[in-house]
Amino acid sequence: MDSAASDPAGTAPARARHLAATVKRSVKVLVVGPFGVGKTTLIQSVSEIPVLSTEESITTASVGVDRRTGEKSTTTVAMDFGRVTVGGDTALYLFGTPGQRRFWDLWSGLADGAVGVLVLVDTRNLADSFEVLDQLEDHTRLPLTVVVNEFPGAPRHSVEEVRTALDLPAGTPVVSGDVRGRPRAVQALTTLVAHALEQRARQAAAA
Amino acid sequence: MDTEGYRDHPVRSYVLTGGRSRPTRNTLRPETLLCTVDDGRELPSHAGRHQHTLLRTCRGTLALAEVAAYLRLPVSLVAVLASDLLDGGFLALRSTATHDLPDTELLEEVLDGLRSL
Repeated sequence: MDSAASDPAGTAPARARHLAATVKRSVKVLVVGPFGVGKTTLIQSVSEIPVLSTEESITTASVGVDRRTGEKSTTTVAMDFGRVTVGGDTALYLFGTPGQRRFWDLWSGLADGAVGVLVLVDTRNLADSFEVLDQLEDHTRLPLTVVVNEFPGAPRHSVEEVRTALDLPAGTPVVSGDVRGRPRAVQALTTLVAHALEQRARQAAAA
Repeated sequence: MDTEGYRDHPVRSYVLTGGRSRPTRNTLRPETLLCTVDDGRELPSHAGRHQHTLLRTCRGTLALAEVAAYLRLPVSLVAVLASDLLDGGFLALRSTATHDLPDTELLEEVLDGLRSL
């Protein structure tokens, strides 16, 4: 009998998808971008488990909504995430969050120790990505890779056009494609980790 | 109300943690791996149902964020519960590294692992 059926209070969670016993460590990548840009889609493309979601509470004073009433109420912000086991002993977590720092500060330690950040961009709404990129550049030194999510029917732009439009720091990789496909999503991760390694090597050489 | 990821709901978190908002340790991150210690000891009688559920959920290895999702509780709240259970020896940390950044060797292994997916 599983634990859910034997739980009198009815509080047992859905059957958990545990990691293999060989997994002894974890790393994480942040997947950031404006609402609706495809963060959860990318995470689901790679994840070995169905995408999970968790919420944190913030007071509305910090997100600037409900100013009409002047009342301080509580709002929640959701974070979707998934995981993939790589090399047999490492769990790679992908945490999706809106790019603004006030959101990811909600999850204590979310950015600390991350391998890097996949920044999702929708070419129909490049302006929405400016604040996300500004926040990342101002507040973190995490390696970035920009992922242009090619929505069906969206105008195609060359990588150079996107790089110029977003005024990306030199050397920031840009990949593009439909992130509903696993190969494309895995390629984005591979590009980010390779970039993180290059950045590390450059820093070591400069030191 | 549900608009672009925001939703209003009442706060009950602090009630579940006995009024505390911070864990007894600050090394727990969303990706920190946890696993229940199976040594036959029972939780103290004052333990709440969330502690019991947390230990049942962690009979195999899971990250803190996964536990929070399964328990339908905020990560910050589950960090408080997990800290208490770690202090009591009912829960163990599965991942040992607490470095600020993953080291080069680990990144290379992750890269190799991704390339062979």
